Amino acid sequence: MKLLRILVTSLRALRRNIMRTALTTLGIVIGVAAVIAMMEIGKGSTMAIQRTIATMGAYNILIFPGNIFAGGVSYGSGSSITLKPEDADAILAECPSVITAAPIVRSRTQIVYGNRNWVPNTMIGTTPAYLEVHDWTDMADGEAFTDRDVHNCNKVCLVGQTIVRELFAGESPVGKEVRMQNVNVKVIGVLKPKGANMWGQDQDDVVLAPWTTIKFRVTGSTLSTPNLSTSAATTASTTPLPSQVYPNTSLTLYSVPSATQTADTPAPVHFANIDQVVVAARSAEDIPAAIDEITSLMRERHHLRGETPDDFTIRDLTEIVKTMSSTTELMTNLLLIVALISLVVGGVGIMNIMLVSVTERTREIGLRMAVGAQGPDILRQFLTEAVVLCLLGGIFGIGLGRATSWLVRVVKHWPTATSLGAIVAAVAVSATVGIVFGFYPAWKASRLDPIEALRYE
Amino acid sequence: MSLIELRDIRKTYHLGEVDLQVLKGVSLAIEKGELVALMGASGSGKSTLMNILGCLDHPTAGEYWLDGQEISSAGSNDRAKLRNRLIGFVFQNFNLLTRTSALENVVMPLNYSHEHLSEHEMRERATKLLSLVGLSQRLDHQPSQLSGGQQQRVAIARSLINRPRLLLADEPTGNLDSHTSEEILSMLKRLNEDEGLTIILVTHDPGVAEHAKRVIHIRDGLIENTTN
Repeated sequence: MKLLRILVTSLRALRRNIMRTALTTLGIVIGVAAVIAMMEIGKGSTMAIQRTIATMGAYNILIFPGNIFAGGVSYGSGSSITLKPEDADAILAECPSVITAAPIVRSRTQIVYGNRNWVPNTMIGTTPAYLEVHDWTDMADGEAFTDRDVHNCNKVCLVGQTIVRELFAGESPVGKEVRMQNVNVKVIGVLKPKGANMWGQDQDDVVLAPWTTIKFRVTGSTLSTPNLSTSAATTASTTPLPSQVYPNTSLTLYSVPSATQTADTPAPVHFANIDQVVVAARSAEDIPAAIDEITSLMRERHHLRGETPDDFTIRDLTEIVKTMSSTTELMTNLLLIVALISLVVGGVGIMNIMLVSVTERTREIGLRMAVGAQGPDILRQFLTEAVVLCLLGGIFGIGLGRATSWLVRVVKHWPTATSLGAIVAAVAVSATVGIVFGFYPAWKASRLDPIEALRYE
Repeated sequence: MSLIELRDIRKTYHLGEVDLQVLKGVSLAIEKGELVALMGASGSGKSTLMNILGCLDHPTAGEYWLDGQEISSAGSNDRAKLRNRLIGFVFQNFNLLTRTSALENVVMPLNYSHEHLSEHEMRERATKLLSLVGLSQRLDHQPSQLSGGQQQRVAIARSLINRPRLLLADEPTGNLDSHTSEEILSMLKRLNEDEGLTIILVTHDPGVAEHAKRVIHIRDGLIENTTN
């Protein structure tokens, strides 16, 4: 018996009792719909959470300079001045698992606009790559600084939403000049709001500027001032020089450049250290590979061989990412199991109805056997009916499930994502349910004795 | 050689401790082209003999030659093939598939046949047979839309679809009024005379049996006598 004929026969048999067919299928429809909806909603929320994690910088790798240990005294992490901006460029160029790398120079100074002042929580000197790393490339207002600004030490900066609120009382700061350590810096862009990060720090209380600007103009640090003591050197000069107290005690042969003049014309830079390099790996899976690549590259660049310990520290946040994604995965799997149980219940319904159908159609089975159907023919026919029933349920279930997830997205604004895998799995599972639960009734039908089946009332 | 030859056929049913011998050595020959009536009261072993003749059951002992083949020991799958190829059945209660058109009912046995016909050929053959039994206007009617006589005619068309050597009619007129019974019987007679089809009529009604050229009486599991 050809497959097409079997299919036609099955469809005809199912059509003979359309209401029962529909009600039997309903179990599978609901089961498959639940599976599809769960998968789509689960996948959507996982993706949304991962995106949030990514913007918080969780896929980032942080490289800090090592510590100085001299005469039994450790100066703590970041006290050594071995990290150079060129390191960031080299990491980007030579590590294949890295997509962006940005040098970071930190500072904490007062900024002044008009009669207001504020000390930003985070004041970072960096390159435009930093914005890519933190997914901050779109500005709320104005535009971002460029590599040229970094190169030219331009007095420009970007401010966060908290700064706009505190310093500019809500008006647009773009084009305005603020003072940092008596240096006028022009605000050219406003960052988009981000809110608090995972540990409660306000991410919008931030000023970003080219790292050269922060380094050479604002904090004015040089090679001789390790970053640990920059603030002390620049802001806390409690013991003024005699020339400042008594202006005329010494003669100067040459005119001394004013602070502004000095700041405006920084000395050519041959060497500068930075506080940190932030690196974005290609994906969460690439983080371990990226760490290995960076370690070997940095050791080579810093001429560390053999047993010499690293003069830098590398940290990543994969643990946080793992915890957060495993939570959503757990929830999705839990819901999926519940949905699968409903699918099994639907399968039992199918078995029940198929058994009723076999009993009801005993005479038909007897007749088919009398005209030459063998056991396997009957088995195939009833099995096909069960599978067709389940596949029909699967198809309607996919429709219903997708409609449900669409409804959830539109009405509740939950994120959802189409999952091709879920659709394939739903079809496969419903066919399997058909085979598993349809087999017993079909086997029972195929074992009937034609003489008794024909005489059955 | 005869189309059917039974040699000392015995059938015993094992009902728990008791052995019930239903056929006690039936020997019988039916020639090709005969119209035979098989008569007997209920409990005479008539149905058992018919089941064995129709390859639905196998005898406990004895030889059954059908169309030159000894088939008394054939397995259930082989018997299914023989039924499909050689035997057509007509039942008392028609046994048509409900909510299925007359045409589809007639085509149904071809699903299990080993000559692979195309969909078109199947329908063509079924249409021909339905016009042979005078139902060419009712191809798409379902059994519930047909009278008893028409239903039985559909059943006859169905039994002929595989071009059988033997037509086994089990009380074909049992559920019909006398007028329709005459119609069906004359149709069977016509098939026997025009097409040369071998027909066995199983009945307990002497009025039906007299249409046959030969009547075989069975009583208590033995052939009693044969009247011509």
